[in-house]
Amino acid sequence: MEDQEIIKEFLIESSENLARLDQEMVELEQRPKDASLLASIFRTIHTIKGTCGFLGFGKLEKITHVGENILSQVRNGERDLNPRLVSLILRMVDAVKFELAAIEESGAESADEHRELRDRLEAACGESGTEAPAAAAAVVEEEVAVAVAPPVPVAIAAAEPPRAVEKSAAPAPAEAESSGAKTSSVADSNIRVDVSQLDKLMNLVGELVLARNQILQFSARQENAAFNATSQRLNLITTQLQEGVMKTRMQPIGVVWNKLPRVVRDLATSCGKQIQLEMDGAETELDKSIIEAIKDPLTHIVRNCCDHGIERPEVRVGAGKAAQGRLVLRAFHEGGQVNIEISDDGAGINPEKVKKKAVQKGLLRPEQAERITEREAINLIFQPGFSTAEQVTNISGRGVGMDVVKTNIEKIGGTVDLASRNGQGTTVKIKIPLTLAIIPGLVVMSGGERFVIPQVSLLELVRLEGEAGRKMIERIHGTPVYRRRGSLLPIAYLNEALQLPFDPGGRDVINIVVLQAEDRQFGLVVDSINDTQEIVVKPLGKQLKGLTSYAGATIMGDGKVALILDVLGVGLKSGVLSESRESHRGEHKVADSNTDRQTLLLFRSGKFERLAVPLSLVARLEEFPRSEVERASGQDVVQYRGQILPLVPLENFLGGYGSGLAAERDPVQVIVFSNGDRRIGLLVDQILDIVEDVVVARQKASAAGLLGSAVVGGKVTDFLDLHAVIEQCGGGGWFQKDSSAAGQPSGSTVLLAETSQFARGLVKHYLEMGGHRVVEASSVTDAVDKLSRHRIDIAAVSLDLQGGGGAELLSRMRSHPTTADTPAIALTEEGQEADAGSPRKFADAQGKFDREAMLRSVERLASALAERQVAQQQTAGSRR
Amino acid sequence: MNEQPSGISPAENATRQYATFYVKDLFFGIEVLEVQEVLRYQEMTRVPLAPQLVEGLINLRGQIVTAIDMRRRLKLAPREGAETPMNMVVRSDDGAVSLLVDEIGDVLSVRRDDYEPAPENASRDLRETITGVYKLEGKLMLVLDTERVLQAHDYV
Repeated sequence: MEDQEIIKEFLIESSENLARLDQEMVELEQRPKDASLLASIFRTIHTIKGTCGFLGFGKLEKITHVGENILSQVRNGERDLNPRLVSLILRMVDAVKFELAAIEESGAESADEHRELRDRLEAACGESGTEAPAAAAAVVEEEVAVAVAPPVPVAIAAAEPPRAVEKSAAPAPAEAESSGAKTSSVADSNIRVDVSQLDKLMNLVGELVLARNQILQFSARQENAAFNATSQRLNLITTQLQEGVMKTRMQPIGVVWNKLPRVVRDLATSCGKQIQLEMDGAETELDKSIIEAIKDPLTHIVRNCCDHGIERPEVRVGAGKAAQGRLVLRAFHEGGQVNIEISDDGAGINPEKVKKKAVQKGLLRPEQAERITEREAINLIFQPGFSTAEQVTNISGRGVGMDVVKTNIEKIGGTVDLASRNGQGTTVKIKIPLTLAIIPGLVVMSGGERFVIPQVSLLELVRLEGEAGRKMIERIHGTPVYRRRGSLLPIAYLNEALQLPFDPGGRDVINIVVLQAEDRQFGLVVDSINDTQEIVVKPLGKQLKGLTSYAGATIMGDGKVALILDVLGVGLKSGVLSESRESHRGEHKVADSNTDRQTLLLFRSGKFERLAVPLSLVARLEEFPRSEVERASGQDVVQYRGQILPLVPLENFLGGYGSGLAAERDPVQVIVFSNGDRRIGLLVDQILDIVEDVVVARQKASAAGLLGSAVVGGKVTDFLDLHAVIEQCGGGGWFQKDSSAAGQPSGSTVLLAETSQFARGLVKHYLEMGGHRVVEASSVTDAVDKLSRHRIDIAAVSLDLQGGGGAELLSRMRSHPTTADTPAIALTEEGQEADAGSPRKFADAQGKFDREAMLRSVERLASALAERQVAQQQTAGSRR
Repeated sequence: MNEQPSGISPAENATRQYATFYVKDLFFGIEVLEVQEVLRYQEMTRVPLAPQLVEGLINLRGQIVTAIDMRRRLKLAPREGAETPMNMVVRSDDGAVSLLVDEIGDVLSVRRDDYEPAPENASRDLRETITGVYKLEGKLMLVLDTERVLQAHDYV
């Protein structure tokens, strides 16, 4: 367990450090002489290397080791940093990230050797001509201090033993002095807290807010002054506590922005553009959950700006602009919301081009195109399946672009707006709430029931009195509208929308709540308006998930439950918002993500008009010009990201139709699937859409290569059996890597009898990494007890086990019928021989910390055991 | 950690405890471990447009719990005027859910040997909501398949 903790800690720390590293490397490229920056980078890599060595991640250690050597040369002034070197180091950082992800997922490093990268690193390292670092590469980890310490006595950092470095994220004072520059501000006063812990706290505060509301309501009816004073105090403290806990969940948006300089640099380099990135307001704070949610949309927008927005230098100069494009990120608080603006000074969006494209794609009818405003036209790019880039690049143009950005931001209650001036640039404005858990809401009554409307959707309240007031709601062909400052506002009645009885309650007033849903407005007539309250949003049970009119429920001051209205849902339900956006709505509602919803990629192939695969399996969507398709070993292939991507016409596998139409298209449409570094491209006729939907009404497969059919987005859709298709087209063993990485084939249950908790943790850790289950025991008695309660395949017994030693446990095991045959491995320590009498009975003896040999031994015994069991079953079978 | 009990002690596994209740004249049992608590009738917030089976939402110490009317779930005749149902709050993977039942019975220990799958001639609606039957002295206890009863797609 301890080891898992250490690894978890290591992963968290490393990913933070790596995020910083990306940014620092890019900065370093601009200020190559900045010693403190260099020291910080060096330290980060050194820390990762040291920890990897300690935890036994050999490959990571090797990769980082060479990188560290290069940096050490730079730091010692033995060589200068050039862009090629920076790219190389960044690639190393990528490899480290890749490995860390593999460790997080499977507990072990990936199978990828990163040979090519290591060769290049080593080559670069050798170039410097100095002997010391090259020799250093050969020195083993225990001697790190020596290895990286160059002849020059400046490098104090390297003199730290690896253990010490491992924990210190904060700079050691010595280094700070050596760099002579400002020290970073990570102080010892920080502690790391698990986010789930904060979530729990936040929930509790939510409960407290509700309880407080109830007490306040109760105290208002009380005469007792002392009680009232106390409840006021409770009110105050609760509010402060709520703010305080919310603050703990806040993170500066810079956390997300940090990785953008790297993204922009890489994109600019690969597109041959010059882009200067400016960031303003990186310290603006947002709730952790929201930070997570905006990470991808934000990156996507920035990529779009670099790829489509900012022009190439020659074009810019031709247009009278500076050769270097500017990309500005701004974040600031405003009215309880966070605004994020991403603007570039690029070509802007040409509304005519967008309209043309939309008509082409069938998103818009030609006559509609003439009517819509420039702003509406530009916002068309948020429609699913829209991409204006003339050329589909590998940066953007997946067709999964801006609509997903919009959906993701709306999921967290935010809005996206786009402003663009042709030739001048584009600005994307995002508004998002500060937090999701506790929101202000307006309490209204309708049909005798109480409802809450989230304040964010609220524009204004209108009160119409008496006969004159009633006349102000006019009807166009039966549809109620209200003239609001000269323009017509569609009106809906909440009681009608929810099929509740009309409850005039003797009043002669009409209360209209003017609401904003997406970019449209409507008025909702309610019976009465109570007040505004802080409410805690609670999700509805799955039995009620099908209802689009509610966003959740909350508990009111009187202890009763009230439903929270989903403004968009109510608008659609009552018909004031057009149905054409219904499909969009399907995506929006997913906020309370449920397992039976999934995101699907829809496409067309051969006679199958509507096929689906889960988007999570898709690596990329690509278009290749026909001319790029080559033939190799009887198969269509394209060169793709430095690899050869086999192209497989999907229709060949579905019902045997081989019209070859998909392959004849120009450009060809390809869905790329990848597993590790293996890729395969399926040729399809057309990519239709990406939808997020509940999959219902499944039906068994009608043809080979299909999993079956289901209704998606109201239409019957066939689900592709990706596994079968890939197996068929010669990608055998394609999915095996997954399974072997997840859990080893053997997976025996091992009893680990060892007194030292530390040693037990270590051995347990690597046994579990090897895919075995481990039952721990700390003494002979404990072990005997565990043996009686668990089915144990193999026992690993420490020779100096408390309570009589390993030999004692072994003899007790042998004397008991159920464990008489259980194979046992003796765990020895360095210099310790397996007891003279025992090796005969122990099946094997291995050093405690010899992980490889230990695992081999366990696996050997496990397979022997399995064979024996099979044999026993066979004899048992024959006896019958 | 995967710990498989090896020595099955006969005394432990032969009996199980069930919380019992009545819906109309049907006698049901739910394994006690699945039951969070039993409550008297609670004030409820109705959910307009909700499926008929959902009676409303109750506030269970700050937790919002969906209440499901077992009479309607089993397609039985509705309760008569003044009768108020009881809440049998069960745990589910989706949080607590309350089953509205007519009357709460005792917690019974039953022997595994007395178990039998649902008889073939039971009505389809009933057979779909129970996993089996315990033959007790003088009566039969139907084992409610709570997971099935709460399944989301029955509530569309």
